Amino acid sequence: MTYITKPKLRHKGLATNELGFTRRDYEGSISTLCAGCGHDSISSALIQACFELSIEPHRVAKLSGIGCSSKTPDYFLGNSHGFNSVHGRMPSVLTGANLANRDLIYLGVSGDGDSASIGLGQFAHCVRRGVNMVYICENNGVYGLTKGQFSATADKGSKSKAGGINTDSPIDLVSLALVLGASFVARSFSGDKKQLVPLLKAAIAHTGPAIIDVISPCVQFNNHPGSTKSYDFVRAHNEAVNRLDFMPAKAEITVDYEPGTVQAVTQHDGSVLQLAKLHQDYDLHDRAATIKYLHEREAAGEVVTGLLFLDAAAEDLHTHLNTAEAPLNRMGAKELCPGSAKLVELNATYR
Amino acid sequence: MPQRLEATNDFVVKFANVNGSGSASANELFARCILRMGVPVASRNIFPSNIQGLPTWYEVRISGEGWLGRRGGVDLMVAMNPQTWDKDVASIEPGGYLLYDSTKPLPPSKFREDVNRIGMPLTEICNRTYKDPRQRQLFKNIIYIGALSALLDIDPAVVETLLGEQFKKRPELIAKNVQAFKLGFDHVREHLAGACKLKIARSDKVGNRIFIAGNDAAGLGAVYGGATVCAWYPITPSTSVAEAFTKHCQNLRVDPETGKNRFAIVQAEDEIAAIGMVIGAGWNGARAFTATSGPGISLMQEFFGLAYFAEIPAVIFDIQRGGPSTGMPTRTQQSDIFACAYASHGDTKHVLLFPKNPNESFSFAADAFDFAERLQTPVFVMMDLDIGMNDWLTEPLSWDDARAYDRGKIMTAEELEKGTVFGRYLDVDGDAIPFRTLPGTHPTKGSFFTRGTSRNRYAKYSEEGSDYVDNVQRLLRKLETAKTILPKPERRDAKEKTPYGVLYFGSTAPAMDEAMAKLEGDGIHLDVMRIRAFPFADEVAEFIHAHDSVFVVEQNRDAQMMKLLVNEGAFDPARFISLLHYDGTPITARFIQAAIAERINLNTHKEAAE
Repeated sequence: MTYITKPKLRHKGLATNELGFTRRDYEGSISTLCAGCGHDSISSALIQACFELSIEPHRVAKLSGIGCSSKTPDYFLGNSHGFNSVHGRMPSVLTGANLANRDLIYLGVSGDGDSASIGLGQFAHCVRRGVNMVYICENNGVYGLTKGQFSATADKGSKSKAGGINTDSPIDLVSLALVLGASFVARSFSGDKKQLVPLLKAAIAHTGPAIIDVISPCVQFNNHPGSTKSYDFVRAHNEAVNRLDFMPAKAEITVDYEPGTVQAVTQHDGSVLQLAKLHQDYDLHDRAATIKYLHEREAAGEVVTGLLFLDAAAEDLHTHLNTAEAPLNRMGAKELCPGSAKLVELNATYR
Repeated sequence: MPQRLEATNDFVVKFANVNGSGSASANELFARCILRMGVPVASRNIFPSNIQGLPTWYEVRISGEGWLGRRGGVDLMVAMNPQTWDKDVASIEPGGYLLYDSTKPLPPSKFREDVNRIGMPLTEICNRTYKDPRQRQLFKNIIYIGALSALLDIDPAVVETLLGEQFKKRPELIAKNVQAFKLGFDHVREHLAGACKLKIARSDKVGNRIFIAGNDAAGLGAVYGGATVCAWYPITPSTSVAEAFTKHCQNLRVDPETGKNRFAIVQAEDEIAAIGMVIGAGWNGARAFTATSGPGISLMQEFFGLAYFAEIPAVIFDIQRGGPSTGMPTRTQQSDIFACAYASHGDTKHVLLFPKNPNESFSFAADAFDFAERLQTPVFVMMDLDIGMNDWLTEPLSWDDARAYDRGKIMTAEELEKGTVFGRYLDVDGDAIPFRTLPGTHPTKGSFFTRGTSRNRYAKYSEEGSDYVDNVQRLLRKLETAKTILPKPERRDAKEKTPYGVLYFGSTAPAMDEAMAKLEGDGIHLDVMRIRAFPFADEVAEFIHAHDSVFVVEQNRDAQMMKLLVNEGAFDPARFISLLHYDGTPITARFIQAAIAERINLNTHKEAAE
C-alpha cells in the first residue's frame, strides 16, 4: 500500500534486506481504496512479509479476481507481475499459471464475494487439488464496489449499513478449507499486523494450499454497530489460539520459551514455525478437532484467529501430476516435440 | 426372388447394434480389413447419448474411387438390434441385402419383398459354442464379421493378421477370436454361398494413408505443437481430444531419465475453470489448450473476452455438435461459428481455423499454438463430431524437424537490461502486436499488471476514452496481421468459365469433392473455394466478387458462415445461395449435388423463359 505519492529518491538510511532491496522496492502504485480500508493494511503486511523474507520481487506472481480486494495486487509488489482476472475465477487462473511455472511464488488475493459467492466452486477445487499458493481472502462481509450488499460470509443476524438484517447462514471459508484438505489454514485480522505478518511469511514458505481468511473491515459499508465484521466487533471478540514466530530456513533459532508452551514445526523448505500456545488444548495438526473447536467457539460469538491447521508434510498438485522439475514454460521444441521419425512410427499404428 | 444389387468396391454396409454390446471394435475390425485389402473406406459411428442399451449404428462406405464422404442409403444391413429392426429394414436400397440372426423365426411381415435375406442362426451358433453369456455376446460380433468376410470375399488371412495385431498384448485371445471368425466364415461357405453380389476386390487405392479420428490427431498435434498444459472438462464429442493428448504425452513426453512428465493435464471442475487455467498458463508462457463443445463454449464466454482484451494466447478445440442447449449431443453440426467468431461481450473478434480432416486436425492443432503466441489471442480450432470422433482415411501425419516454435514477441531480461522500452500495449513496429514479458523475467524491470479493464499503452489503468479507442483499434489491426499468417483458402477452378462459385469448410470437404466431380460429370461447372480460417483472407472476397452467385455449403440452420461473410465483407446477401444440412447426420455428396443441380437448372430455366 502506498496511499500518498512518494518521491522516487531513496533515503540513504533506509533499511535494506539481504538482497539489498528496501521496503520501497516491494511497494506498488497508489491505492484507490477508501482511507482506513482494512485491505490496505493487508497490502502493507504483504509488503513487510516479502521485504523481511528477502524475496526477489519478480519471483512472485499476484493473481486476483474482481472486487475491492482484487484491486489490491496493483498496490503492492510493483515489480511482480499481476493479473486481475475474472470475478470468482482467480483460483483457476492461478492454477494454470502455477502449472506453467512451478518456480514462482503464487499469491492469490480475493474477497468474500469473489471467493464465497461467485467463486465458491473454484475456491473449493483449487484447495482440494493442492495448488501450491498463498490464498488470501480479504473478508469484510460486504460488497464494497457495488455499495453495501451482504456477501455470503456475513453472519446471520448481522445488520447492513442501510439497516437490513441478514437472514442467510454464513459460509465459513476456514471450515470449508479444512474439510477440503487445505494443508495450511489460518485466520487473522487486518488490524493485527503482529499476527498477520508472521502468518503470511509462514504461508509463503509453505508447500501446498495455504488459506488465510483475513477479516478486513469495510470502513464505508460494514463498520457500524450490528456488523460482525467491524473493527470494534472483531477487536472485542478476537480469540487467538496461538502466536506465531516465523524462522526462515537459514535462520538460527535463538528465542527461548518456557518448556511446553511452544510448539515448533518444520516445513518442507526448512523454515520453522514456533507457535506460542494461547489455548493449551489446541492441536493444530488435528483437522477434525479443529473443525469442532471452530464451530464451538464461533457459536459462542468468538472470532477465532491464528494458525488453525498445519500439515507441514503436505504434497502439492505438481507432486500429484509428477511434473518435471524444470518449469514447463521454459521447455522448447527439444524437450517437447517428438520429431518426424517418431511420427512415421505412429502413422504405422493407424493402418 | 428380388433383384440383387451387384457391386465391387462400391457399396454401403451398415451395422445396427445395441450400445454396450462390444460391437464397436468388431465393426472397426471390418473397416480395417477392407483397408488392408487396399480399398478405401469411410466409416461413421452413429451413437446415442447413452452407455448401454440404446441403439447404435456403424456405417461403412466402401469406395474404390476413394470418396470419403457419407453416401447415404444402405446396400447391406447387418441387423443385430431388434429394437430398430423395422426402421433398419426400411432403410435398405431395393435389391440390397439383410444379414440377420435367424435363430428365432420371424413373420414374413418383418421382411421386404425387394430385399435379399441372408439369415444365419447366430444365437444358436453362439449358444452351442460358448457357455459364458459375455463370451456369447462378444463372439457373436466376431462371428458376423466372419460371415461378412465369406459373403464379400474379404481375405481371411487379412482378418487373422489384424486380430493378431489387435491382441498382441493378450495372445491368448487371438486363437479364440480366430475360432469365432471361422465359425461365421465356414457357416456362410457351407450354407449361404453366393448369397451376396457385393464384393471386395483387392486394390491399391489406399496407399500410405492412415485411418485415424480427428480428435486423436488433434491431441497428437498438440503434443507436436509444444502444448504443455491441458485443462478440460468432459463433454461429448470433445473428450477424446484430451484423452488422446494424455495418451500421446504418456507415450512421448515422459522424461526418460527422471520419469517426470513434461506436461500437466487437469480435469477441471467445469469449462469455466478449464479456460481459466489455460489463460493462466498462457499468461505465464506455457502453451496451453482446452477442448470442448458448444455448451462449454457458452460457459467460457467471459474468459474469451478477457483473453482477447488482455491479449493472452490460448488454444480452444471446439468439437461441434448439434445445438442449442444439450441439442443433439452425439450428432454433428457446424453451428458454433457465431458463438466463437464474436465470443464474449463487448466488441470482440477471434481467430478460427477450419480443418477439413484428421490430417489437418493434426497440423492446425500444432499451428494453432504458433498463431496464439504470435498474435497473443485465443485461437479456436473448429472441428466437429464427424471429423473428431470418426476414423477417417487421411494422408499420413508429417512434421518438419527444422520447424521452430514461434513464441511470438516476448521481451527478455537481456533486452530489458539493455534499456529497451517496454510498453505492454505499445505497437512498436506496426503489426499491432505488442511485446509481452513473462512473470519472473527481471527483478525490477518489465513487470506489468494484467487486467480486463481499460488501460493505456503502458498497462496503466485508464478510463480515458482516447486510451480505450486506441487500444481496441489496435486489436482490430492485429486481426489484419492475422490474415497474413493464417492458412489461405484453397481454390479449385472449374474446367470452364462459370458464373457460379461454391464456398465450404471443415468436414464438408469429402462430400464436396465427390459432389463436384459428379456435377462436372453432369456438365455443371462451378469454381470452389474451401475457407480455412477466419478472419477471412482477401482471396475469399476476390472469389465472391468474381462470381454472380456463390453457394455457401454449411451444416447449420442459420447459414452462420454466409452471414459472417456478409457481415465482414459487406457483401450483398443476394449474391449467396445457402445450402444447409443440419439434421445431425454428416452432409452427403448426394445432398450437395442435388441441391446445386436444382438451383442451377432452375436458374437456367428461368433465363430460358425470360
